[in-house]
Amino acid sequence: MHEMAIMQGILEIAEGEAEKHGAGRINVIKLRIGEFRGVVRDALEFAFEALRQGTKAEQAALEIETVPLRASCPNCSERNIPLNDFSLLCRDCGSILTIVAGREMEIEYLDLE
Amino acid sequence: MHQVTLETGIMEANEQLASHNRELYDAQGISVINLMSAPGAGKTSVLEKTIQRMKDDYRLGVIEGDLMTTMDADRISALGVPAYQITTGTVCHLDARMVHNALHNFDIGGIELLFIENVGNLVCPAEFNLGEHLKIMVYSVVEGAEKPRKYPVMFHESAVVLLNKVDLLPYSGVSLEELQRNVLAVNPEAIIFPVSCRTGEGFDAWTEWLRGWIDARRSAITRAGNAASGN
Repeated sequence: MHEMAIMQGILEIAEGEAEKHGAGRINVIKLRIGEFRGVVRDALEFAFEALRQGTKAEQAALEIETVPLRASCPNCSERNIPLNDFSLLCRDCGSILTIVAGREMEIEYLDLE
Repeated sequence: MHQVTLETGIMEANEQLASHNRELYDAQGISVINLMSAPGAGKTSVLEKTIQRMKDDYRLGVIEGDLMTTMDADRISALGVPAYQITTGTVCHLDARMVHNALHNFDIGGIELLFIENVGNLVCPAEFNLGEHLKIMVYSVVEGAEKPRKYPVMFHESAVVLLNKVDLLPYSGVSLEELQRNVLAVNPEAIIFPVSCRTGEGFDAWTEWLRGWIDARRSAITRAGNAASGN
């Protein structure tokens, strides 16, 4: 349940930004979380429910975009290979793939009022 | 209503503290290893065996992370190696701040190789950088051959994977070959050592690799020191 710690961090950043922009309320927190991170969406939502009380995000909507794991092969020069089984070896040539997406963990934007 | 685009890394605060920790280690020429595993995979036993084989040649130290008790730090202290216990209470991982606070209470001066034994957990510790130079994972073969594919992040993040309890392979029905294949699928560059704390199997190869790693870092640190002092 490190999602609690992660959500704590998200709310600290969000409240800091609201402060900076003189906003009294946070309407939306939009996150981008890569599939290849050890973060569970349900646990993150639960942590948000538990931690938002008493913050400027008390009424906010939490939007989580899950970014699928994608890689490219340096040898086949194939880009954007979807990886359903988490294997980072190219199916065609066996080369080590480079991850191009799926390791994100960021606040994309906030909607402030 | 207005939108503020951030694209801020959620782990930014932890990353900053981790960099600060790294500066503290580097300033004192300390090499730091973050040791991770699920509970019961044998992190402390691996540490004990590794320490026994290396303590005459290197100045070692250990920071232990657990939810409760100082049992692990006591086991390490019994070997004559300085150990500091972090008890996290309910938190399932160590983060850079906890380690940073520990560094205020635990004198790491003079230590060449510091192990940080993380809280036993197969998921969460992989997400928190502690400023270490190397992540090492212990995985006991009896946990099954398929876990690297089911819990890929820690395997992916670890430069070295120690497959422990290989003495139990005949009783477990687990194929070491299949397990190694799965580790390499999620981390094609992983350095893998099958080991057994019970029989000592594999510890020659593992500690030889570790000595090579620390020696290479030691000469790099000396070179950097000489360059800085103009020698």
